[in-house]
Amino acid sequence: MSETALYLAIQDVAAQYPQRRSAVLPALRLAQEAHGGWLPAEAFRAVADALELTPAYCKSVASFYDMFQLAPVGTHMIEVCTNISCALVGAQATLEAFESELGIRAGETTPDGAFTLRTIECLGGCGWGTVVSCDHRYKQHVKPADVPALIEELRHAEH
Amino acid sequence: MPSTEFEQIVLAGADDHDLTKLSEYEKVGGYQSLRKALGMERQAVLDELITASVRGRGGAGFPSGRKASFVPKPEQTTKPIYLTINADESEPGTFKDREIMARVPHRLIEGALITAYTIGSNAVFIYIRGEYLTEYEIVKAALDEARDRGLVGANIAGSSWNCTIVLHRGAGAYICGEETALLESLEGKRGQPRSKPPFPAIAGLYAAPTLINNVETIATVPAVIARGGAWYATLGVENANGTRVFSLSGNVVNGGNYELPLGTSLREVIYDIGGGIPNGRTLKAIIPGGSSTPILRADQIDTALDYDSVAAGGSMLGSGGIIAIDDRACMVQVALRVASFYQHESCGKCTPCREGTRWLVSLITKIEAGQGSNADLDLLVDVCGRIMGRSLCPLGDAAAMPISSYVERFREEFQAHIDQGCCPYGDQSSLDGILGPVQQAARMHRQLAVIA
Repeated sequence: MSETALYLAIQDVAAQYPQRRSAVLPALRLAQEAHGGWLPAEAFRAVADALELTPAYCKSVASFYDMFQLAPVGTHMIEVCTNISCALVGAQATLEAFESELGIRAGETTPDGAFTLRTIECLGGCGWGTVVSCDHRYKQHVKPADVPALIEELRHAEH
Repeated sequence: MPSTEFEQIVLAGADDHDLTKLSEYEKVGGYQSLRKALGMERQAVLDELITASVRGRGGAGFPSGRKASFVPKPEQTTKPIYLTINADESEPGTFKDREIMARVPHRLIEGALITAYTIGSNAVFIYIRGEYLTEYEIVKAALDEARDRGLVGANIAGSSWNCTIVLHRGAGAYICGEETALLESLEGKRGQPRSKPPFPAIAGLYAAPTLINNVETIATVPAVIARGGAWYATLGVENANGTRVFSLSGNVVNGGNYELPLGTSLREVIYDIGGGIPNGRTLKAIIPGGSSTPILRADQIDTALDYDSVAAGGSMLGSGGIIAIDDRACMVQVALRVASFYQHESCGKCTPCREGTRWLVSLITKIEAGQGSNADLDLLVDVCGRIMGRSLCPLGDAAAMPISSYVERFREEFQAHIDQGCCPYGDQSSLDGILGPVQQAARMHRQLAVIA
């Protein structure tokens, strides 16, 4: 997405609200998508310009929310819920299967930049644990044995 | 008793029809309640909602009709009136609103429109948690379809009434489920709760009168208008009218959402509907209403799921998220995982919650490692007491209530960790080694320290 296209997309979103500042979250999301899944300094400048705010304000808002990335992440994001319901049905074993299959630990990105793996708080799929969010799409009932196939599927997914 | 013996209200028709489609929703009477309401005086619609006495399904349980009555009438204010739907479902163990949005999005939209009409609002915001991408897409498609058919926007259903609906996605913060934090977030700020009063009914979104209702609460509204508040009030039990969509998870055979009359017992939900505890294990404990509610011991299995009965059992009905825990779980590890969540989600605005949740995690970590003393256990209980009732918003209580309940009801397990100098479960607990975002961040920081 070009700078101009991002600017215009943010204006479209902002027009939905009685006050334009309400568009900060959707604008940050658009900027993150336009910058490879994270928010570099120029992304904050773009959002600030479009909404007539300061980059510092936009960064302060972004840093409050888990879905905004302040550092580069992999092409694919794998988030394993380890909250209580998933934990009770084996989330740790599922997480460790991802760690061993990808050769990284939770919180890290593979050296080729393909995958970021992290734990996440409750995703709201508790009855069907373990829940794993793969590029923001839920996979439920994920067992350690399912992990290699899920990674293969992501490798071949369009992004 | 299987769930099909009960009449469903919120999820009615969704088993036999694809209610994400407007034409299918209309086949089961969809949008007839909206037309009926638009032909009624606002006060008459409000009276039906008050008679139905649907207690707020987000967790607090406040009667939603009365809550709506606190909003000033359009002629009493110069400001616009807003309706905000809380779809920021994030309480661990709760996943009902996600299912409602995925399966009956038009019922949510219809309920929102009726409620907006009732309070004299022309602008609805639905705040959907950011992780619910698929559900956002489903609600958006339903909204587009309703708009194309003249059910949202100008001159709704041929009337002179106008109302817009905006879908607003969150970005990953449990605290935004708290109503004033939600409003801050919707205004484009960090999601930190406001001091009350003023309450949102008087000064909410953009400092204008605002009603905030949970998804499930709103999704009951079309049925209340179709069949009357008095009819709705006959469902369930006294002081707990109607049905609830209970979320069942943890160590059960059939996890999932089940819409049941209030007053159904935990035994019916966990054993008759949920199929019991898998792998021949024994039930040890039950979290009845989301992870913030005090824990029940297995011998409280006959507790009825209504507000008063669960309160009499020392807990809360909360969000209706029931978590079954079998005998493999170390309760100190359960406490650690739950406390870690609330530490992670504390917004940092007020001291009792920001500092208290860290103290909880640190003390429980020490006890779990076998390095705790009796003084640490006393201090753990003391810290809970110093958070309870002293925080700006309910998040502090949400952290302290469950932790103090684990110590109170499973004190022998905490004591065994101290006396034996290790976890009595060894590495055999179902939660052994569980890594949450708090522990993940601590591990990353340690690695960076080593590299530095």
